[in-house]
Amino acid sequence: MSITVPAPDPELAAGLDGPLTVLDLDGTRLPSELLDPHLRDIDEHALTNLYVDMVRVRRLDTEAFALTRQGQLVLWPPLLGQEAAQVGPARALGEQDWVFGSYREHGFALLRGADMGEFARIWKAYAHSGWDPREIRMAPSQIIIGAQTLHGVGYAMAAKMDGADEVALTTFGDGATSEGDVNEALVWASTFQAPVVFLCQNNQYAISEPVHVQSGVPLALRPTGFGIPSMRVDGNDVLAMHAAARIAFDRARAGDGPTFIEAVTYRRGPHTTTDDPKRYRDEAEVEAWIAKDPIDRVERALERMGANMEAVRAEAKIRADQLAKEFRAAAEHAVPPVADEIFDNVYAQPTRRLERQRLEHRAFVSSIEGAK
Amino acid sequence: MTETLTLAKAVNSALADSLEGDDRVLLMGEDIGKLGGVFRVTDGLQDRFGPQRVIDSPLAESAIIGTAIGMSYRGFRVVAEIQFDGFIYPAFDQIVAQVAKLRYRSQGRVSMPLTIRVPFGGAIGSVEHHSESPESYFAHTAGLRVVTASTPQEAYSTLRAAIQSDDPVLFFEPKGKYYTKGEVDRSIVRDLETANVVASGRDVTIAAYGPTVDTALRAAVAAADEGIEVEVIDLRSISPLDVDTVVESVRRTGRLVVTHEAPAESSVSSELIASVAERAFAHLEAAPERVTGYDTPYPPSAVEHDYLPSLDRLLDAVDRTLGRRNSRTDLDYSALTTGAAR
Repeated sequence: MSITVPAPDPELAAGLDGPLTVLDLDGTRLPSELLDPHLRDIDEHALTNLYVDMVRVRRLDTEAFALTRQGQLVLWPPLLGQEAAQVGPARALGEQDWVFGSYREHGFALLRGADMGEFARIWKAYAHSGWDPREIRMAPSQIIIGAQTLHGVGYAMAAKMDGADEVALTTFGDGATSEGDVNEALVWASTFQAPVVFLCQNNQYAISEPVHVQSGVPLALRPTGFGIPSMRVDGNDVLAMHAAARIAFDRARAGDGPTFIEAVTYRRGPHTTTDDPKRYRDEAEVEAWIAKDPIDRVERALERMGANMEAVRAEAKIRADQLAKEFRAAAEHAVPPVADEIFDNVYAQPTRRLERQRLEHRAFVSSIEGAK
Repeated sequence: MTETLTLAKAVNSALADSLEGDDRVLLMGEDIGKLGGVFRVTDGLQDRFGPQRVIDSPLAESAIIGTAIGMSYRGFRVVAEIQFDGFIYPAFDQIVAQVAKLRYRSQGRVSMPLTIRVPFGGAIGSVEHHSESPESYFAHTAGLRVVTASTPQEAYSTLRAAIQSDDPVLFFEPKGKYYTKGEVDRSIVRDLETANVVASGRDVTIAAYGPTVDTALRAAVAAADEGIEVEVIDLRSISPLDVDTVVESVRRTGRLVVTHEAPAESSVSSELIASVAERAFAHLEAAPERVTGYDTPYPPSAVEHDYLPSLDRLLDAVDRTLGRRNSRTDLDYSALTTGAAR
């Protein structure tokens, strides 16, 4: 008896021949049968908003990078080059939806409305979370690679059980696709037809390891083996990303289950401020991706639409500078935690054992201060 | 002949000498090749030994250990790197349910000569999951050897022994000490079970391992100024624990302080103090004390120095064992109102 195992259905995946793109490098609008119907309402005003968002996200990122170099922050994982991959989907989210992301989702955090004063604290090592997850409907940033994908699926399963009109977006990198958790998340999402969107920001590197260490096929082909439809999208094209995300959210809301989006993009900076990418990649490769800059091409597109770019740039700059100023002030004036907080929030009901340790710690601190 | 090496370089040398000496040794881990590891511990090894023996693995900790098991079946000696302490948990099943038990399950017919290197401990000012001390989870599991190092020499000699061992070994490297230097004699290969008495004294014994050994030695120097003699024991192996060496010391000093960065609850200090109580109860002149991380998650690193064992906390514990005035002398525990259990 022979058993025929069906191969992954490439029909489930769009963009395998080349990432889906609607904005060419020179700003020309390319036709896309799949994406165009989801971009009909994007006029000059809407595109300008996406442009300003990206400029602000980049400004936040470069400001934070500089603040880390100046010793104001302890660490920063830059997203330079990935602005479109985050802004496009972030602007497709409904207010009621939830985001479960990694540690590089500053664009999502900003656009979900994270308070900059609190946001700065995480990268000063003052706190483990940079926002109130319930307030902005975004789970604390996740350092353990891929773990958040399961949380996103679980949230979506629960929303479905409750009959809520909510979608979970879980976002992760190319490296994460090798983790068991991510593959298990795909299984569960498929089995339970959860209203979840998987956004893989393929920035080509997991610290030093190029994406071919993780996969011999385009990452967008992977989910098709789990029965999850997938799109491989130009991650530096904010319109393509926005449209793909709208398709995925629409499917989830309509009860059609999970969708996977691979955003093909590039991490132009180091993994974090402690990394030295010169050890593992050529400058020429970075240069080639600078030519595909996600912000430049929107500028060109707006010019083609006849926008007053001088005014648009000036407006974007004012808002970006304002954000940078706000973030810098937040970083400089953030209130450090006091040692006593170490003992807070370990349990809902504080334990006697831990309260005893708190008491002993206080006594120790005052004995040292007394000795000074 | 000795040379001056950082602890990171001592680990690098132990790996290089092991790869050189046995062609069945290979390294596997995330970013260990071209990058040389996030701490540069494996710097230059892929260039020297090739990508077949120094393997950049996909990002999957469970798979790093799980596939190393398969390689062990074929007689390879895999040295797996887990990039940070807090990243080890996806591999937990493969380590405690698989690696640890294969010799037992196969009635001794299958060896797992695997070494799992884990940078551990805090005081590096980092973010979540980068400063933890998870060693007790593994010490609790039969079939695993769990060892640590406190100096470049210890790192070199213990890692060489770990790789040569036919048992699976978790080797916890004190990442906060990676760049401290020391003399290393590469002809020394250690055993994996005995503790070291690193300072002698008659009054109080401090047992430490990994990053806290240095703190304990500084406490011994500071205590000596007040005429107190502190004996410092570097436990080195935390599973098995060399209780004999500690008991022998406590029989002379009558006082014991145990220190580590991991939380106190169900920890190495729990086990060591219980063992000493069983075997040297009559020799104890004071209740044993411990100076450890508190029983909380690792805090934001802005306050990690309050969480971690420090010189002053150790001296305070020494004072408690000697009945000298200390931070708890006037402490009123009746202020404790929380919880039912007393």
